[in-house]
Amino acid sequence: MRKNMSDNKAQRRRGRRGPIASVALILVGLVATGGAYAAFSSASANAAVDLTSPAVIEEGQKLFAANCATCHGQQAQGTENGPSLIGVGSAAVDFQVGTGRMPMQMSGPQAEQKPVQFTDEQTQALAAYVASLAPGPSIPTASQLEGGNVSNGGELFRINCAMCHNVAGAGGALTEGKYAPELTGVAAVHVYEAMLTGPQNMPVFNDLNLTPEEKKDIISYLSYIEENPSAGGIQLSNLGPVSEGLFLWIFGLGAIVALTVWITAKSN
Amino acid sequence: MSSVTAPAQSGVVGKFSNYLDERTSISGAVKEFGRKVFPDHWSFLLGEVALYSFVIILLSGSFLTFFFQASMTPVHYEGSYVPLKGIEMSAAMASTLDISFDIRGGLLMRQVHHWAALLFVASIGLHMLRVFFTGAFRKPRELNWSIGFVLFVLAMAEGFTGYSLPDDLLSGNGLRIIDGMVLGLPVVGTWITFLLFGGEFPGNDIVGRLYSLHILLLPAFVLIFIVLHLMFVIIHKHTQYPGPGKTEENVVGFPVLPVYAAKAGGFFFLVFGVVALIAATVTINPIWNYGPYDPSPVSAGTQPDWYIGFADGALRLMPPHLETYWFGYTWSWNIIIPVLVLVLFLAAAFAYPFVEAWVTGDKREHHLLDRPRNAPVRTAIGAAGVTFYAVLWAAASSDIIATHFKVTMEGVINTLQILLIIGPIIAFMVTKRIALALQKKDREILLHGFETGRIVRLPGGEFIEVHQQLDAYDRWQLVSYNDNAPIMLRPNPKGKITGGMRMRASLSRFFFEDRIAPVTENEYKLALEHSHH
Repeated sequence: MRKNMSDNKAQRRRGRRGPIASVALILVGLVATGGAYAAFSSASANAAVDLTSPAVIEEGQKLFAANCATCHGQQAQGTENGPSLIGVGSAAVDFQVGTGRMPMQMSGPQAEQKPVQFTDEQTQALAAYVASLAPGPSIPTASQLEGGNVSNGGELFRINCAMCHNVAGAGGALTEGKYAPELTGVAAVHVYEAMLTGPQNMPVFNDLNLTPEEKKDIISYLSYIEENPSAGGIQLSNLGPVSEGLFLWIFGLGAIVALTVWITAKSN
Repeated sequence: MSSVTAPAQSGVVGKFSNYLDERTSISGAVKEFGRKVFPDHWSFLLGEVALYSFVIILLSGSFLTFFFQASMTPVHYEGSYVPLKGIEMSAAMASTLDISFDIRGGLLMRQVHHWAALLFVASIGLHMLRVFFTGAFRKPRELNWSIGFVLFVLAMAEGFTGYSLPDDLLSGNGLRIIDGMVLGLPVVGTWITFLLFGGEFPGNDIVGRLYSLHILLLPAFVLIFIVLHLMFVIIHKHTQYPGPGKTEENVVGFPVLPVYAAKAGGFFFLVFGVVALIAATVTINPIWNYGPYDPSPVSAGTQPDWYIGFADGALRLMPPHLETYWFGYTWSWNIIIPVLVLVLFLAAAFAYPFVEAWVTGDKREHHLLDRPRNAPVRTAIGAAGVTFYAVLWAAASSDIIATHFKVTMEGVINTLQILLIIGPIIAFMVTKRIALALQKKDREILLHGFETGRIVRLPGGEFIEVHQQLDAYDRWQLVSYNDNAPIMLRPNPKGKITGGMRMRASLSRFFFEDRIAPVTENEYKLALEHSHH
């Protein structure tokens, strides 16, 4: 952006282009950056990076050596501080790095989500490197994520996922400070990868357990409830009776008591 | 107002009321009731809020009965909520979904009903606390406290049966816990659950049975007890806070007609408005998220509605692995103990007025309320009870506390287990000390007046701060309270001291050992003379 602007100034001094051209140039710059940003931040499933290309793998290896090897070992064989990554596949890397859980900020009950540390291409390169070590679950394609059966997905979600993640995907507590995170705002590709690889305390739902078709159904259900908020109004974080009770005591009864005070106040 | 001796009434209203009166003699009742005086204080309206919530519940509930099918017959949902299309569920659940998505105004009515139910129990709770802390339950109102207590329990039962009707996952989980609690009762438990559920849980009967209770038996009882409760309010007349001109013999306030009728009538619409506003904007019990009941899944964050929370909390706080095998039965102490604790806690709340009356031996009628500070031990007992309840209540949301405050679930549970025992004791001591200190302050102000901040230099060079005596109005409030002293242990006419008498004496000591005596007239006169020097 700044480079564009200074270019503009330089050109105007030379007087070779009119003011409209400058505006157009700024517009082009904005669209280009915005478009690129949108492309990067969208689900990585459609990013066109060839995970088998030796150049990408090599770049991934370099990134791995610089950012991951301290805990996972130079050959990703694992150390006392981190598990072996041989055979975890590109899906695990895309999930852990793509959601910002890795590189891990500090040891704790589980890796916390934080701002993503790598660009999409870097994440892909890391995934390519880890996938090159041994076969493992790979990043799902866009066709695996869309167009499932919503009601079947809802039923599967309630049976397989709701006990930790809550029926509406609001998240829930596990033992010893661990927790199942909220699922709203999680990209479909990451949900798929999580089922496939079982990150942190989550169990693995392999393809025998939940078929790819069923995984697609679950993802469709999640995106449906995210896109169609409650018909009843404010959802109170979908936490159920606790948030409803709190709301009633604080706002409902609070308003009522304020009204009782008002109605019995002595007029001056 | 119409009158039986004036048949020649002019005007439409006059003629109509005369017509009515000649056939019903209603003027007597209107005269009697219309002149009833009610004192004005915001805390006296809390019971009214409960009454109004009940009216709202009746209205919205009647609407819901038009469309709800209390049947567990399996059907395939074909309504307009996409994520449940084609899913097998009970007719109860499907009809609740229809109410929510396919019947005009249905969702609003469901939410009005549910929010009003939460408000109903909450306002009863707050009303009970007001009555407790002001000693309004003393003679002659002990029985009305009992009636009110029964209403509180009925309200919880109404709430729970209603919560269980839609046959969604949440309500089924709630029923499963009740089933488990009943099963845990030795000898009779299994028989009772089979009777209740018509066989193995969940069976095909429970929704229909709960529905009969929810819309027929329980509301009838609630209504009867409300009528009794209000009748007693009229018979006893309303209590009032101590203040200028207020005595045990009078009631200072406004007459029902026209002032109170207008105020209370308007207040009904205010309460209705608040409930409608909340119901129109905030989701409650989104059963479409929970889906139909299936015994296998239990969602994270499964909790009862707030008023059953304390029971859920008691189960959560119970340490695990407490079971013994006696006489061929398993005794699940991890269920029996919480059930006993809950029953004892509720029994204590029920019995408190009678216990206090016995301990004080006070047979007088009380129409003037106590300021909480003037009954330090009662106030402290109340604070301990509130703390106990609050800890159980918090325990019911232990998982949500853990995730939202980023602490461990075990940490939350262990902390609350300790707080359940220690918390009430600390609350008791702190509250009692605060109440006594406030009494001391009152006494000080009565005897020496309040500090005006005006410093006067006397001719001799001495500085004094001028204290100003309270005026008669403010003094009235501070002096009008009962002094209870510990009773003396004296032998009865047979010359014996029984165990019961000893217990009563020691309880009386516990209640009234630490006390600040009210200012007597002599003391006040002496202080007044002193201040004039």
